[in-house]
Amino acid sequence: MSKYLLNKFLYTVDRDPELVERYRDEPREMVTWWEAERANSVLNCHTGEASTWLRFDDAEREALIAHDHVRLFELGAHPFLTLTLFIAMFERDNTEPLEYQKAYGMRLAHFALPYPDIAT
Amino acid sequence: MASIVAVIASTHHPFYYKASTATGEDRPPFADEWTRKILAFRETLTRANPDVLVMVGSDHFHQLWLDNMPQFLVGKAPFYDANWYNEEREFGLPRMLLKGQEDLSAHVLRAGLDAGFDLAFSNELRIDHSITCPIITLRPEADLPIVPIYTNIFAPPLPQPSRFVKLGETIRQIVEQWPSDLRVAIIGTGHLSLELGGPRQFGPHGPDPEFDRRAVEWIASGDLDNCLREVTLDSLHSPGNATHGFMDFMLMMGVAGAGAKADHVDTLDLFHTMEAYFTWYPNGVPA
Repeated sequence: MSKYLLNKFLYTVDRDPELVERYRDEPREMVTWWEAERANSVLNCHTGEASTWLRFDDAEREALIAHDHVRLFELGAHPFLTLTLFIAMFERDNTEPLEYQKAYGMRLAHFALPYPDIAT
Repeated sequence: MASIVAVIASTHHPFYYKASTATGEDRPPFADEWTRKILAFRETLTRANPDVLVMVGSDHFHQLWLDNMPQFLVGKAPFYDANWYNEEREFGLPRMLLKGQEDLSAHVLRAGLDAGFDLAFSNELRIDHSITCPIITLRPEADLPIVPIYTNIFAPPLPQPSRFVKLGETIRQIVEQWPSDLRVAIIGTGHLSLELGGPRQFGPHGPDPEFDRRAVEWIASGDLDNCLREVTLDSLHSPGNATHGFMDFMLMMGVAGAGAKADHVDTLDLFHTMEAYFTWYPNGVPA
């Protein structure tokens, strides 16, 4: 389990317009690239220092590649990060206001309290 | 010493800016009523005639991140850039630049540390909509210097609700002891019941109208006893998965003081959340 790394993916992609588009269009290529090149960047270091140990487990990688926000919720990814990035990728296809946001909630309807733990 | 001329607590709905500025077919049906309520709320700050704004909010994973997460952080800088790319993208919020009241920031940090809060600080802080939403609603000129204070309501483990209340009480004392003739308003924003990224999001009302009703009653009457009795870190999951933002309201109840009845109370039942607006005048209602 690497909830932190799932969150790091969602966080760093969400704030970069080019990565948002790349994740929308080519999720497998993009997730593979990100895990190899970006997962270990220490975000608070301006000199490009890196960690050595961060990687997704298979379920996490596949959930990201599949754009499977239901599975990400189940895995304990931070719901705010997931929602924000997925709105950025898919709200544009709305045919009426909040259409994507409502459908996103409906797909999670089978979850009852307590929700999956998001503590990292 | 400085005087606290107003204490203000509200929700921070990022869609207000877009809704209130939309025209024609783009203008949502609730925009006119919302704008009327906001203009009345704005007047409660305007009539207090503040010189400085202490602004309590919570970074939404913009500058503060899980590799280095403070629980409570005070900005200490001469300026604060504001709003982020993803807030521009999703909410249409404008980029802003706010002045800082750096000497009050220094005072809050020193006195806060001495009062038992090991406050983090930032000398370069880009603030987000938890602080710019109340600037837009209450002081759209964005002309007053601010002291931003961020709380962690977002990334567990979180401080206990009682700690938010205590910090609010402490901020009140610290500001009252600031050796200055300036008039300070303390403004904080949070949420009532709220769900983001979960099954109850974006419903026709907030996810838990009954919690909202009780929360508004606690805040309006300054009922910290019942609020603290009923609200725990665990209990806040039940009204909605982002309801821990209610602890910023509890902080503001601490600023206002136990038993302090709000001088202005208003709510608006919107899709997705209940909006709520409160103003206290610690020195009496301004003429």
